[in-house]
Amino acid sequence: MTIRFKRRSILPGFGLSLGFTLFYLSLIVLIPLSAVFVKTFSLTWHQFWHIVTARRALASYRLSFGASAIAALINLVFGLNVAWVLVRYKFPGKRLLDSLVDLPFALPTAVAGIALTTIYAPNGWIGHSLDKVGIKGAYSPLGVVIALTFTGLPFVVRTVQPVLEDLDKEMEEAAASLGAGRWQVVTRVLWPSILPAAVTGGTLAFARAVGEYGSVVFISGNMPMRTEITPLLIITKLQQYDYTGATAIAVVMLVAAFVLLLTINLLQVWSGHRGKMRASLESRALPGSPSPAWARE
Amino acid sequence: MATTATFTRPRRKALFRAQDATTESWAVRGLLIGTAVLFLGIFLFLPLAVVFTAAFAKGVSLYLASLREPDALAAIRLTLLTAAIAVPLNLVFGVAAAWSIGKFEFLGKSLLITLIDLPFSVSPVVAGLIYVLCFGLQGLLGPWLAAHNIKIIFAVPGIVLATIFVTFPFVAREMIPLFQAQGNEEEEAALTLGASGWQTLFRVTLPNAKWGLLYGVILCNARAMGEFGAVSVVSGHIRGLTNTVPLHIEILYNEYHFTAAFAVASLLTLLALLTLFLKSFVEWKSRQPGAPEEAAGGREGAA
Repeated sequence: MTIRFKRRSILPGFGLSLGFTLFYLSLIVLIPLSAVFVKTFSLTWHQFWHIVTARRALASYRLSFGASAIAALINLVFGLNVAWVLVRYKFPGKRLLDSLVDLPFALPTAVAGIALTTIYAPNGWIGHSLDKVGIKGAYSPLGVVIALTFTGLPFVVRTVQPVLEDLDKEMEEAAASLGAGRWQVVTRVLWPSILPAAVTGGTLAFARAVGEYGSVVFISGNMPMRTEITPLLIITKLQQYDYTGATAIAVVMLVAAFVLLLTINLLQVWSGHRGKMRASLESRALPGSPSPAWARE
Repeated sequence: MATTATFTRPRRKALFRAQDATTESWAVRGLLIGTAVLFLGIFLFLPLAVVFTAAFAKGVSLYLASLREPDALAAIRLTLLTAAIAVPLNLVFGVAAAWSIGKFEFLGKSLLITLIDLPFSVSPVVAGLIYVLCFGLQGLLGPWLAAHNIKIIFAVPGIVLATIFVTFPFVAREMIPLFQAQGNEEEEAALTLGASGWQTLFRVTLPNAKWGLLYGVILCNARAMGEFGAVSVVSGHIRGLTNTVPLHIEILYNEYHFTAAFAVASLLTLLALLTLFLKSFVEWKSRQPGAPEEAAGGREGAA
């Protein structure tokens, strides 16, 4: 039997649409992306390693990845809280809050950046109180964590919400009828169903936070070796016309992004695509989060 | 005599002890709602409040003057131009991709979908960098472009390209599951009735998918107008010429013109709130009876 490239269909337009799709994709995405790797191949491995493990680069990775991890954990905990409350309880203003959860997706990063900096600066609404206690809000790694928490806020909520919505009340009732207390029901019956979605959401938040620039660059203070995030390091090198250095660091970020993409895909296999991702501004537009219909082929 | 049921008043729900194992006690519920509202209040409401408070801090006339300033107007024009180019192009791509992926079965489909998703995994700064590497003076095409006196990087075309990259998958990702979920029956029926391919597309497929299409366009537009990192890399930051609204906000803020910066930022914030509203509207519309296949909200199988 011959292997067909495409299943027979009477619908016209396959060649034209696929051709245009591939053409546009190559022009806008694939060819420019390959320029990064072409440029990097002009370096020897030693040179490349020397650039990406420079002290300033390492400090930026520590900040970018570290702050992203902390922000993802915060979003995991509070995102679960918010998702639970939005799905299970009724209270005034719930619908408004539900729509507002998507604000970090809709709001331009620059606007978020200046707004957060103004709030947490020493003379800001919250920064003022933090300052009295001796904590630096803006212009410190804490500021970076706060900004990244804002950016990743919707991910966990929107990943966990559909799972919670699809949970069968009957399972809880069955457990209750078998003598389980509420805490046992939550930890033994509900948690195992929610866990995969929560971890996926947290990883999505982490992946987004690592590459984030606009929200962070205002609040961080941008001091090299201390509050400089990796994307800013890339821009600084570009401004100094160190294209090779900038590209090398970009390769590190791309590799990290692809690893995260793979992890997220595996996590979704683990969660068995249970529950569709609730529609949100980037719900099907998140790195490596194909909707179930696609993934089933 | 028939026995009457004896009514006992339901016990007052215990404050800490749950009434049954399928719900939480009032205290726990209150605590959970309280922390959620506090968390969302601090992280979502405060930034919104601060934008509008700071924008109007020096009165309405100064607010309007900041918006009418020539550099601000130029930035708004550039942002609108960029969105006007990027969104339709990505829309056409989205429909083409959705038609080929959603209506046909072929080898390599998942790979194609993953490739379409690539721009989402890439940091915005890296997205700008790749265009600088291609079209910048020291880039791959740099000498050729310089010889022909074509400026892409540090000029408007570069900004448009970077924006197209960043908003590339939005429409496609909305349309593909939608086209897939709707199946081929209606299109095949149209063909048997004598419609051509284009007629089928415009009069059968697209009207069925109109809410998903609108949704994708809204998202694409919001992101195109608000993009900062990628555009920051490829733009020359030349005031009045190559600054989009987010870049203009950055300049104003770095020069300590806080009120003006927030005044311009309030425009984008209003756009964001409008986007959220339209999103809710489209979701509501697609859940109406009579639109069972339209899963623009992604709650049905099309998700």
